[in-house]
Amino acid sequence: MDTRVIKRKLGLKERYAAMTRGLGWETTYQPMDKVYPYDKYEGIKIHDWDRWQDPFRLTMDAYWKYQGEKERKLYAVIDAFAQNNGFLGISDARYVNALKLFIQGVSPLEYYAHRGFAHAGRSFRGEGARVACQMQSIDELRHYQTETHAISTYNKYFNGMHHANHWFDRVWYLSVPKSFFEDACTAGPFEFLTSVSFSFEYVLTNLLFVPFMSGAAHNGDMSTVTFGFSAQSDESRHMTLGIECIKFMLEQDEANVPIVQRWIDKWFWRGYRLLTLVAMMQDYMLPKRGLSWKEAWEMYAESNGGALFKDLARYGIREPKGWADACDGKHHISHQAWNTFYNYNAAAPFHTWVPTDEELAWLSEKYPESFDKYYRPVFEFYREQQQAGNRFYNKNLPMLCTTCQIPMLFTEPGDPTQIAYRESRYEGDTYHFCSDHCKEIFDNEPEKFVQSWLPVHQIYQGHCFKPGVDPTAPGFDPLAAVLDYYELEFGRDNLDFEGSEDQKNFQRWRTGAA
Amino acid sequence: MSNVFIAFQANEEARPIIEAILADNPGAQVDHSPALVKIDVPKRLTIKRQTIENLTGQPFDLQQIHVNLVTLSGHIDEDDDQFTLSWKH
Repeated sequence: MDTRVIKRKLGLKERYAAMTRGLGWETTYQPMDKVYPYDKYEGIKIHDWDRWQDPFRLTMDAYWKYQGEKERKLYAVIDAFAQNNGFLGISDARYVNALKLFIQGVSPLEYYAHRGFAHAGRSFRGEGARVACQMQSIDELRHYQTETHAISTYNKYFNGMHHANHWFDRVWYLSVPKSFFEDACTAGPFEFLTSVSFSFEYVLTNLLFVPFMSGAAHNGDMSTVTFGFSAQSDESRHMTLGIECIKFMLEQDEANVPIVQRWIDKWFWRGYRLLTLVAMMQDYMLPKRGLSWKEAWEMYAESNGGALFKDLARYGIREPKGWADACDGKHHISHQAWNTFYNYNAAAPFHTWVPTDEELAWLSEKYPESFDKYYRPVFEFYREQQQAGNRFYNKNLPMLCTTCQIPMLFTEPGDPTQIAYRESRYEGDTYHFCSDHCKEIFDNEPEKFVQSWLPVHQIYQGHCFKPGVDPTAPGFDPLAAVLDYYELEFGRDNLDFEGSEDQKNFQRWRTGAA
Repeated sequence: MSNVFIAFQANEEARPIIEAILADNPGAQVDHSPALVKIDVPKRLTIKRQTIENLTGQPFDLQQIHVNLVTLSGHIDEDDDQFTLSWKH
């Protein structure tokens, strides 16, 4: 008897192909180039979109099913946390300032990523890339929403979170993440993927997520930890989109290699500079500490990143230009950044403080080459001043780097006693930078970066006052007017943690003391 | 030679996945930290659906790993029966 041939169900790869690639077509009513107007102008040559290998083969039905499951699990925990006053379980109210930095500076980037991937998801003529971008766009909106929900419970009890969207568009340090993402979103779709999917979500992602999430875990913040895990599974899909896009561009045409290399150089450096805020958070804002920034950098950038670039060497890609300087910075940037925020705390809607003796000892141990020599004396001096009633708030405005928009606080690689200054001239004006790499980014795209909205420049030009403010009136206080424009609640959102409402409230709630 | 790695949340759902990886990948190193399990293997790591089903006695769809996956490293190849991470260098 003949063996009956049973009709086989489609395997995963075939199912995926039928439900994604199978839905694309060559347009006839309009030319393809008109339907997809943005995917050629960057000079990236694609000869065969069928060579795109979809990294995760998730069809929409599987996507909804597994995302729905993650949401049910996450919101159950967020609800339980809120219902049980979970915020009382954190190590110390200073920890909440890490969450303020997160909701102010990271969550808005999720929303920008949502918009950016929606645009990229419309722009590529290859269906595999479009599907992956569309799913990521929804993921990023989900992240914005879930972060907001996870942190919302803290907003009921602590200052510095209630007006995050307003601050993002105005407050000086928040122009750092804002300009990063606006640079990416105004680039073409291939640069956008190199910037966000590859450089940020693959090379540098662990340096953003692990510090915040392990910081949350060490400090009793179950809500944020649970959000973190829930988002991380989305992040692995994002990472794989990044590596696939890079491989695809490099394999399609040799002429793509130098374009991609320039983007990798640019976005590694821009991402590294953006992570200064995370480094500072990790070393200074976690009452219970885990890894230091230096340790995280060694683990996630040096060894992990090292493996990646070894793999890409066969395409002719080398390590990013700024790699050595970024590694040199691991000893310094967190301290230099905290020093800056400590100084400018009157203008920032979260609290700062001098580390305790135990914390100073931890910093000495984690940074044997730099902390005691360059930074401990500074913080001990601040503490002396504070105890003598002279807690200092800098009322001057710092020069900002035109590219990364961070105050010029970074030092020369190899010499942390010298602030690094670079400049370029373009069409009769002088522009200032914190490093060779930020300068080079400007020099490659001056028409883009001369448009930087630099908060300090804008304040000096009088663009950061509310309507009707008269700077010529007697007794006019420009800084007060700027803080009013920021809609920062003076004495509640800003200034030292010592004596703050957050400190007093938390003490009272925890101990029941009046 | 570089490691590929995969990390999962440390919970009951992920436990048989981790056990399957350790059974099927000689040379695997496992690191347990609070709430996270990370497995490193030189060059290549494979998760087999059949191994997981043998451990749990229940049907398993490999795409279920998405719910508890935290992070990974390496190039992916995926079908109904296996999920593999590898480096080419």
